[in-house]
Amino acid sequence: MTDQQAQNKIKTEEYFINMGPQHPAANGVLRLILTIDGEIIKNVEPDLGYIHRSIEKMCERDSYQQIVHLTDRMDYLSSHINNEAVCLTVEKGLEIEVSDRVKVIRTIIDELTRIASHCLWWGVMGMDLGALTTYFYAFRDRELINDIFEETCGARLTMNYNVPGGLMFDIHPNFVKRTKDFITHFKTKIPEYDRLLTGNVIFQKRTKGVGILTKEDAISFGVSGPTARGSGFSSDVRKHHPYSAYDRVNFKEILFTEGDTFARYQVRMMELWESVSIIEQLIDNIPEGETKAATKAVIKLPKGEFYQRVETARGELGVYINSTGNKNPYRVKFRSPGFSNLSVLNHISKDVLIGDLVATMASFDFVIPDIDR
Amino acid sequence: MNFTQMIIPLNITKTISDWIYSIMPETAASYTIMVIIAVAYLALFAVAGLYLVLLERKVAAWFQLRIGPNRVGPWGLLQTMADALKLVSKELTSTIKIDKFLYNLAPYFVIVSALMAMAVFPFSEQFQAFDINIGVFFLIAISSIGVIGILLAGWSSNNKYALIGAMRSGLQTISYELSVGLSILTMVLLTGTLQLSEIIEAQRTGGWLILQGHVPSIIAFMIFMVAGTAETNRAPFDLVEAESELGAGFHTEYSGMKFAYFFLAEFINMFIISSIAVVLFFGGWLSPFGITENIVWFPQVFWFLIKVLGLIFLMMWFRWTFPRLRVDQLLTLEWKYLLPLNLMNIVLMAIVIWLNWTI
Repeated sequence: MTDQQAQNKIKTEEYFINMGPQHPAANGVLRLILTIDGEIIKNVEPDLGYIHRSIEKMCERDSYQQIVHLTDRMDYLSSHINNEAVCLTVEKGLEIEVSDRVKVIRTIIDELTRIASHCLWWGVMGMDLGALTTYFYAFRDRELINDIFEETCGARLTMNYNVPGGLMFDIHPNFVKRTKDFITHFKTKIPEYDRLLTGNVIFQKRTKGVGILTKEDAISFGVSGPTARGSGFSSDVRKHHPYSAYDRVNFKEILFTEGDTFARYQVRMMELWESVSIIEQLIDNIPEGETKAATKAVIKLPKGEFYQRVETARGELGVYINSTGNKNPYRVKFRSPGFSNLSVLNHISKDVLIGDLVATMASFDFVIPDIDR
Repeated sequence: MNFTQMIIPLNITKTISDWIYSIMPETAASYTIMVIIAVAYLALFAVAGLYLVLLERKVAAWFQLRIGPNRVGPWGLLQTMADALKLVSKELTSTIKIDKFLYNLAPYFVIVSALMAMAVFPFSEQFQAFDINIGVFFLIAISSIGVIGILLAGWSSNNKYALIGAMRSGLQTISYELSVGLSILTMVLLTGTLQLSEIIEAQRTGGWLILQGHVPSIIAFMIFMVAGTAETNRAPFDLVEAESELGAGFHTEYSGMKFAYFFLAEFINMFIISSIAVVLFFGGWLSPFGITENIVWFPQVFWFLIKVLGLIFLMMWFRWTFPRLRVDQLLTLEWKYLLPLNLMNIVLMAIVIWLNWTI
């Protein structure tokens, strides 16, 4: 009997396993139905709905001020940016021009949120690849940002600092000093991150050439954010459609063309530097002005459709509001970055090992409530 | 030399042994003593295992900018005792469709093989339960039994994650067993004996073996530490229980004390690997440069444990800084790099000995 015949005689079966909804790698309640041949993944089918809270439907019931508070719970790591997206949309509808002070403060806190989010992602990425120490390094620095947030608005994670028309109240007197202190501190810590994980041989072996996403696929699947920029798809909303104070700062859009997990990793690591640079440009000259434009107690958007997009830490968040002129919207739709990014996962993780899938997922930086809403 | 004297040459234990012989017939006394020694070793290593867990948690905390356990007892010294008590008192749960016999058997394979290896450890000149002339061989043989337990655990659990973990463990242990064996063999070439006490005695005059064999010894040491870490299934080779990929790997379905056996075995295995390295490369119980050799009362076991703890710390250092390898990279590392290097290293060592280039 030849080898070929022997192989034909031994039949192996593909089997499926559930990765999640309570799986430690999934960072939340994402269920992936994996079809596996040995250790090689043949198919990845995401099964959503485990944390669906019908936020879009609840928005139809609530007033515009209340909608802002619901968006915190979508992508909880960029809560301030989500809030801002809704506020910007409502302001667009009401045709309110917010003061420069509001714009600058919003931008600074956006970037602090982005740093906090990327810190958490970095820690979790290391953890998913088996380097547990990264998590604690990242959280040491993230705590400082949360402390600044706590002093500013009383909340550490779900901020609710934005209201349609501006900010809920002015920044704390310590805000500027503490942010500057943090920036000085953090600039010494990013090289430390690199020393701990980026240069590691095992880490590079695990990430280089793994989970390659081509630019064409990134565009056709609607991938956005650092994930898309790792594939060379220039998609930064801050750059192409500036909002708040992004049109008055200089920053680079980080682009890598490799499209693999390591490229996505590098995009996020370099975005930390860019965020630091944006904050440095703005923190010294926050203009004086009103922190809240006058709005009516009951906001009624004019009849019509309003859309605004912003760049969260994960990618492009779009807010669509369809108004009939009432005090609550007729229909609200969020275009969340996580959902579109997840859709490409099956396409790029065929015929890879389980370990590669975990690395790829880690580099996509999924926040499950953002996918499910 | 009669059998009992061989087992217990310590002076304190001699008194106990004489007393037992005086009140019992010879055969019964001999068996009683063996049981006593076994119980004493068991207790010793249960405690050692527990405190290694504590050490690991403290070291991890140190690496991770934390304080670590500090609530139970002074400096958290009783923390793992409390954890062990909790595990003992826990209900043993299992799923319905398991292979009951194998499922219950598996943890004992792992823990017993780990404890059996302890029998030949030369803690000091007098403190060695079993000084057999094939000590090194015995250690290699015993330490590879543990993988059977892991395979059984994964297979009998009727859980796909556990099965993947167990299969990975099979791959890993079979591969890295070669490197462990060959790097030990390199050192055995240098000493010309398999008996652990003689290997150590050979280092009394000529210096530690890592110095005696210089280049090939250092290569052998590095290979041994890499392969030894892989043998114990610890990070960066913890694919067996890669928690971000497989939940908990082969012991997903185990609970309570059965889980604790797997957990303790990992730490005892770490102790074993470090001990072998200390005996083969760093002179076992001998003090560095013979500084305490002339002090009669100085316990040799002190040096042995200090060296072992040093190497254990090294292994913990690996664990808390490196990411995990992927399964194919794991095999590439062994079969394409470590194994050829190892074979060349043996030849190099043979040449060094043949030309009498040892220091």
